[in-house]
Amino acid sequence: MSYQIIESCVTCHACEPLCPARAIYRADRHFSIDANKCTGCDGDYADPQCVSICPIEGAILDPSGVAANPPGSLTGIAPERLPAAMAEIQAR
Amino acid sequence: MALQLIGQATDDGAAGCTVSGCGGSSAQLSHLSAQIREKVHNHPCYSEDAHHHYARMHVAVAPACNIQCHYCNRKYDCANESRPGVVSELLTPDQAVRKVLAVAAAIPQMSVLGIAGPGDPLANPERTFETFRRLSEKAPDIKLCVSTNGLTLPDHVEALCRLNIDHVTITINCVDADIGAMIYPWVFWNNRRVKGRKGAAILIEQQQRGLAMLSARGVLVKVNSVMIPGVNDQHLEEVSRVVKAKGAFLHNVMPLIAEAEHGTFYGVMGQRGPTHTELQRLQDRCAGDMNMMRHCRQCRADAVGMLGEERGDEFCMEKVEQMEIDYTAAMQQRAEYHAAIEANREAQKHHSGERFVAVSAIKRSQRETRPVLMAVASSGGGVINQHFGHARAFLVYEASPTDVRFIGHRKVDLYCSGGEHCGDAESTLARIIRALDGCEAVLCSRIGYEPWEQLEAAGIQPNGEHAMEPIESAVAAVYDEMVKNGLAEHRTPSERLRIGA
Ligand code: SF4
Ligand code: SF4
Ligand code: SF4
Repeated sequence: MSYQIIESCVTCHACEPLCPARAIYRADRHFSIDANKCTGCDGDYADPQCVSICPIEGAILDPSGVAANPPGSLTGIAPERLPAAMAEIQAR
Repeated sequence: MALQLIGQATDDGAAGCTVSGCGGSSAQLSHLSAQIREKVHNHPCYSEDAHHHYARMHVAVAPACNIQCHYCNRKYDCANESRPGVVSELLTPDQAVRKVLAVAAAIPQMSVLGIAGPGDPLANPERTFETFRRLSEKAPDIKLCVSTNGLTLPDHVEALCRLNIDHVTITINCVDADIGAMIYPWVFWNNRRVKGRKGAAILIEQQQRGLAMLSARGVLVKVNSVMIPGVNDQHLEEVSRVVKAKGAFLHNVMPLIAEAEHGTFYGVMGQRGPTHTELQRLQDRCAGDMNMMRHCRQCRADAVGMLGEERGDEFCMEKVEQMEIDYTAAMQQRAEYHAAIEANREAQKHHSGERFVAVSAIKRSQRETRPVLMAVASSGGGVINQHFGHARAFLVYEASPTDVRFIGHRKVDLYCSGGEHCGDAESTLARIIRALDGCEAVLCSRIGYEPWEQLEAAGIQPNGEHAMEPIESAVAAVYDEMVKNGLAEHRTPSERLRIGA
């Protein structure tokens, strides 16, 4: 049932104070989740808190090992739309 | 942070976002009540004149953030960048207090401590307020200020007032949610991530509520806006009107800093920042509505020293731990130093007052002359006291038949670090010349032969004749000279074309 933080975490500190289970700790190079403590926020919040504030796509994996914030989910630009969005921005 | 960019951020940036913005010219401040003037007269960020004399510092105690700005990469840990949101060492409140006391003992010009990030100070309320609380006990003479993106501001107004924080900076880039959606992809609100237009609408509403609440309590609020061409450049005039109506005291429009190597969304996507001219035009348009601050240096979230000066390295925690400080003596020394600064400023006021006589005399001669931009190298004190090759940033002034006014800063990479003949001085000089685009003279204490020639060739007249003189009167004197020599006549259309090209 545990979420997992992987090495693309930029150590921004945003998730750590939000975890209701106090499962998040500063590991050597980035933050990590103690798999024994993480509850997935069940019973506390509708959405997992770490996933809801993390600014980095792909830094947190859900219990099935899939990126909880997949590519394009935080920028609001789906990968296939990227070239078009870039052209639009560069024309500004 | 108000930072803006954490990556870009607060000091030079954003992330640290906002603290660093600063204030208005003395003319702009003259209509303010005596009570407000008393609050800003020694704040380097709020008063254009004070920034020549007083120092500020930011402490990086607030890493977390609750929104995403497209100009921020949230990777604050970069020692090589100097812009808002960037810091090299994250401090605990305890370390921050020690550091502030050490700096305030070593730099007696210190008058202000700000918390600007590297995240949003109000998304880290315990760390931020703990730092303020302990400092107000240990160094009551230091003014405290904070920068925020505003999302949770209404919840903290009470606490800010209780701690006597009398300056708050809010970064407000828009008052329209459709524009907001192009700047803020999401906000974290009521324990959920809210994306797009909806998230931007929440942020805007909270910012405006917080602004109105603070103004009602008599807290000075500065609004920082990041000018993003094609996104909010046409919209910031309206922002200026709205925030003024809600009681903001100063509006600071800053240029977007976006480079691919900063790793921000805008940087990577190729969003451009404004040119000097675009920025200045917008600042002029907003100036009709309220005080504009033009001397902001977009400082790092851990900036230390006079604006534009970076002394953070002298005060890393390792060194601070070694220092022995007599707090009471340091406070006494600061009080004496500040009194001396004030006496000095009073004297300068008299001196530069004469200039207005000289300048208006030109007007009486009925010659139609045009305004001229000049760059000035100064390391502080309100005088021309810096060698051209040592200037990391130039102050730009506009001289016209009626007055001399401060327009803004132009940052350049340091071109000479000591020796007369450094390695790639040439390309750096070319960069400086580009940064000084639009200026017709550069005033400094001294300048080498080679840069002199190249500046002249680029149409920028170097001038070392006014070393150690107050900036404004020197600029007025140079303008006077240009007028006498017929160099400030209105340009013919063909000349204008050539210059624009
Ligand atoms: S999912 Fe919830 S409980 Fe698990 S680490 Fe994230 S915040 Fe903590
Ligand atoms: S919010 Fe994401 S990037 Fe920030 S510390 Fe947590 S896992 Fe790392
Ligand atoms: S994302 Fe947060 S830290 Fe970065 S600039 Fe915006 S408000 Fe500041």
